[in-house]
Amino acid sequence: MATSTAIPAPNTRQLKRRRVNWEMWGWLYMRVSGVLLVVLIFGHLLVNLFLGDGVKAIDFAFVAGKLADPFWVVYDMLLLWFALIHGANGMRTIINDYAHGRLRIVFLVALAGATIVLLTLGTLVLTTFDPCIGEPSATLAPLCAAQ
Amino acid sequence: MAVAEAPVQAFTVTLIIRRFDPEVDEEPRWVDYDVQMYPTDRVLDALHQIKWEQDGSLSFRRSCAHGICGSDAMRINGRNRLACKTLIKDLDISQPIYVEAIKGLPLEKDLIVDMEPFFESYRAIQPFLIASDKPYKERIQSVAQRAIFDDTTKCILCAACTSSCPVFWTDGQYFGPAAIVNAHRFIFDSRDEGSQVRLDILNDKEGVWRCRTTFNCSEACPRGIEVTKAIAEVKQAVLRGNPGLPRLDLTVV
Repeated sequence: MATSTAIPAPNTRQLKRRRVNWEMWGWLYMRVSGVLLVVLIFGHLLVNLFLGDGVKAIDFAFVAGKLADPFWVVYDMLLLWFALIHGANGMRTIINDYAHGRLRIVFLVALAGATIVLLTLGTLVLTTFDPCIGEPSATLAPLCAAQ
Repeated sequence: MAVAEAPVQAFTVTLIIRRFDPEVDEEPRWVDYDVQMYPTDRVLDALHQIKWEQDGSLSFRRSCAHGICGSDAMRINGRNRLACKTLIKDLDISQPIYVEAIKGLPLEKDLIVDMEPFFESYRAIQPFLIASDKPYKERIQSVAQRAIFDDTTKCILCAACTSSCPVFWTDGQYFGPAAIVNAHRFIFDSRDEGSQVRLDILNDKEGVWRCRTTFNCSEACPRGIEVTKAIAEVKQAVLRGNPGLPRLDLTVV
């Protein structure tokens, strides 16, 4: 009687190839945005807390002055989107590490919700900011009257 | 006249070992043992002395006892080490030495864990030469081509790196550093033709992108492999789409 020695083929598990590899892009985003954020955050801290009168200069008028300049609107917009998505992606990784099952889904949905709300609110403030809404402060009153 | 050397003094070392007998214990328990040791003895010698002279029920794996077989990886004073390569004199013996099984793999008994999940991910990266040509003659490789993956050929599959990885502890699906190191060994081998397959496998959700660069693996490796660097090189190769190997250049300088 013939005996056959069947040697099973080596493990050739086929992986489903997704169209977009989110895990790779997520990783790459963290690296690229991390480098950009180093520049953006230190620039932000330098201008707000160090140059000129330093930290004492910060009040409503200071913020209003900055947001009247399109450069700072774009700057703050970049800072908002890069930093918030960077942070949310980091939180997503931590949730994937430590939460399982239904709890993980709950956390991920809550995180996505919070991120979308904060991005929307932040973008809304940056694009529609008007220093003269309501009762203008003493420093801004002449400026608003002139408008 | 030759001066007689003073005899080397043996001293008492306390080991606290995390014991677990699945037939008796509900939970693992810490048991302490006193052994007489010389500074040049190893933790493995202490375990032998306990097993042979005090408590024969103590279970642990060891084969070659000289740092090659990779059987006796364990957590010594909170760090993954090979018991056969850890000298008593390198530990602070004024304190007890804590010894427990490596983490992240199912505990079977005392210092023995089930290595199957570890080897499963090792097998998944296809750790063998994939070449289409018939081996009628030698496959030529230059010194420079060999040097690229030299570091990752040193792996002895002891699981010290994988079981020190916090991502592996919490995520049982992650390939783990050892599997990626062994994939690196073939991805960057100029004689191998399967690098694309392995890069695809490691580009998976549970592949190289789960690595958080905590360097626990590099710190744990008893062979001194720069594990985190190897993982980073695989990440770069995935992003590039190929390992980017140099051409064969046999010019003798």
